[in-house]
Amino acid sequence: MVDDSIAHLLRRAGFGASSDDLATYGSISYNAAVDRLVNYEPTPDDVDEKIGQAGFVGTTSNGKFSPNTVISDARQRWLFRMVHSHRPLQEKMTLFWHNYFATGYTKVANVGQQDGTRLMAAKASEDSRGQQGQIELLRENALGSLRTLLTAISQDPAMLVWLDGNTNTRQNPQENFGRELMELFSRGVGFYTEQDVYAAARVFTGWNLRIDRGTGDGNNAYSFVYNANLHETAAKTFSFPIYSDGGTTIASRASSAGMQDGFDLINALAMHPETARRVVTKLYEFFVSETEPAPAAFINHLALIYLQNGSNIRPVVQTILLSPQFTDPSVYFTRYSWPVEYVVRAIKETGWTGFSLGTALTPLVNMGQQLFEPPDVAGWDLGPLWFSTGKMLARMNFASTLALNQKFRLGSAAAGARGSAQALLNFMLAKMTPADESGMYADLLAYTGTGTWTGSDAQLQTRASGLAHLILGSAEYQFV
Amino acid sequence: MISRRQFVKNGVAAFTVSFAAPAFLSDLAKAQGASSRNLVVLALAGGNDGLSTLVPYTDAFYYSRRPTIAIPAGTVLQIGSDSNGKALGLHPRLTGLRGVFNSGHLAFVQRVGYKNSSRSHFTGTDIWSVANPPSSQGSGWVGRYLSTLGPLDPLAAWTTTGDTPHSMLASGVSVAAISSINNFAFASPNSGSEATLERTTAAAIASHVPVNQPHLAFVASTVQGAMTTLDRVATVGTYSPSVTYPNNGLGQALRMVAGAMSKGIGTKVFFVQTGGFDTHASQDTNGANGAYVRLMATLDDGLTAFHNDLRNTGLLNDTLVLSFSEFGRRITENGSRGTDHGAASVMMAMGGLVRGGIYGTAASLNPDPSNATLENGGGDVTYETDFRSAYARVIDNWLGGDSVAILGGNFKKPSLSFV
Repeated sequence: MVDDSIAHLLRRAGFGASSDDLATYGSISYNAAVDRLVNYEPTPDDVDEKIGQAGFVGTTSNGKFSPNTVISDARQRWLFRMVHSHRPLQEKMTLFWHNYFATGYTKVANVGQQDGTRLMAAKASEDSRGQQGQIELLRENALGSLRTLLTAISQDPAMLVWLDGNTNTRQNPQENFGRELMELFSRGVGFYTEQDVYAAARVFTGWNLRIDRGTGDGNNAYSFVYNANLHETAAKTFSFPIYSDGGTTIASRASSAGMQDGFDLINALAMHPETARRVVTKLYEFFVSETEPAPAAFINHLALIYLQNGSNIRPVVQTILLSPQFTDPSVYFTRYSWPVEYVVRAIKETGWTGFSLGTALTPLVNMGQQLFEPPDVAGWDLGPLWFSTGKMLARMNFASTLALNQKFRLGSAAAGARGSAQALLNFMLAKMTPADESGMYADLLAYTGTGTWTGSDAQLQTRASGLAHLILGSAEYQFV
Repeated sequence: MISRRQFVKNGVAAFTVSFAAPAFLSDLAKAQGASSRNLVVLALAGGNDGLSTLVPYTDAFYYSRRPTIAIPAGTVLQIGSDSNGKALGLHPRLTGLRGVFNSGHLAFVQRVGYKNSSRSHFTGTDIWSVANPPSSQGSGWVGRYLSTLGPLDPLAAWTTTGDTPHSMLASGVSVAAISSINNFAFASPNSGSEATLERTTAAAIASHVPVNQPHLAFVASTVQGAMTTLDRVATVGTYSPSVTYPNNGLGQALRMVAGAMSKGIGTKVFFVQTGGFDTHASQDTNGANGAYVRLMATLDDGLTAFHNDLRNTGLLNDTLVLSFSEFGRRITENGSRGTDHGAASVMMAMGGLVRGGIYGTAASLNPDPSNATLENGGGDVTYETDFRSAYARVIDNWLGGDSVAILGGNFKKPSLSFV
């Protein structure tokens, strides 16, 4: 049995623990576990090769499984990684960035459904034109620097479509990207003016999208291009410092050198104290608590680490995971789980043999989180806002679907607990990890023992699946 | 956004404490159903370009500033003039709503907004929800109204979106989030008496609301709210409307609202949303399948079906639809044949007891900096009517509430007599 502190770590810095994960983490110290999660590069990333193999959760596709060109397959590939990756923190941080740079497939797919999927999710090594999807960019830089991410995302084809950078020109500056860059990707509301938005739009004029046409949808190549002749060369003045000497004006440059305007602005934004505070606060909320105010001293400490490390995220995350703020048992099970966290953890704990991730796609929509389709550029509403009567019922009904799918396997697995209703309940509660079972134990025991206890296979299947349904559907299970 | 999260965080305890016991609910529903009047708040998310909805087709600057996306005067649906005599027309795709307008059941309020209008989607939506500009934090105006009604039936407020909108958030107000009747059901891995037993057990587990753990209590009460309303909501699924609703999100949401009204669920306020109004690029207001044309088609087909269904079933006089959007859009089109974020926009009110017509006056679109109907150097339409005046009218004259208390000030505007 894995230590409580490591189980907590795996819920927050990963997606919970399957029996396989427990074997990996059961014998190492907490600090070693953090190290393994944070410094994941030595761990092989071979999870995608397991898709379709026996012993792993299944997928469902219309024809050949094509995660680089069919969005529902791309969603399943990512869920598969969450269930089975040996680099869970990399996946968790990829999810963090997907919410941070929230980009929606539907608009990107204006370029074509297959191309839209490629721009969101293609692995360059598997793509006919070497196209890299945005999620791969985020995964590559999962614990990298924000400055690198901001630069790359500013030139990311999916982002250029999503926030209309592809149409930003000197004659008609387009404000969409410049605004969100400051409002959502760096400084935050209250730390920029409308004049800053107009200036930022002009900074990125000419940062456009190049399309090299191939044989049609699924085969065009998309890349960033700097169109010097569409760049506004006049000076741009901001309300905040752009340069280390305090200068707030990006001086006029020849159009051929004008791309530097964007780098100057991104550098400034990445290293601004407000950006540091905003990003580390979001990381604190992601890993520690979305509901309790972040302690000011700790946030200042994390912001300093961020700035001292050139906007690198890895030392910030490592510090959080090793901090008493994170490890204190009072914070266990206090974070509202995101729908994908809930679904993946339920699968990891209940079992997946014979279950297809395709079955989880519509329930996830009903729970309020469709991957590659955040509601808008601000991402999903988190914390208690994941919960409403309709969305909670969607969770309960997914629990029912999973329990029904695993009914016979649960019954077999529980064979050793056929002696009494209480033995079966204890078996299921050891398998599932609700926050606190004390409030529901009596009700679950009454349920399990209703009628005559025979311990037959049929009764085990019925009550084990019923317990899985009730535990996964309880309020107590919705927290990580 | 952030503020909304902040609010929920602080308000979680209040959600649970106020939750009424199931035995009490049917009485509440009956009592609160005594007045069958309801309000449907319709959000046009993304920032609706009011100038393309209600077109100032005699303003020469409208055409000079929008060379590719202006709507030709010959195609607008003329609906008369404002009090200044400026002629206005509806977007040509709003044919159904022109019929509703001609029947006197539809009002347009021009140039609604507030001072220093936010150009942020998120702050803007928060400000329209909180109704205390420039604050984007705190409870929502609908939520504050609902909280004046005393203990609430769990279906008193119903959002057809998955998320509870900020405008409905308030301490002690629980909001039913039901976007699909079919999904609002209790599934089970077992059948018959075993399924019934699971349902009973799930309800029993959720009934233990641990008062010392507010977040757990909040989710438990959410489960409880779902469990206690399953059967009532299921009756809405049996609704057979008198018209065919469009098979899109807005159409199906309005069909559900009509069903809830028809089945006497007792909901006081519904929240419905349709999105896609953030038309930065390729706004295409004229093409057969243009982006803005599709937006207008969704709006027109949905609202017209809803209007006609309620008219046929005798519920139109009990219903008021009030639309809003977080901001209007820039007057001059951008290089992407779209429009960037602007300021004031148009609101709509529809219902059997609405006094139809055009309220407020159109802006002059002359970019001259001295033009007082514009702001931002002549870039955006400035507001003439504070949006809280529209809310005040609805609270006082439709819902029978006290707008001064709910809005924290007197925003009554007698000329705004649309209801």
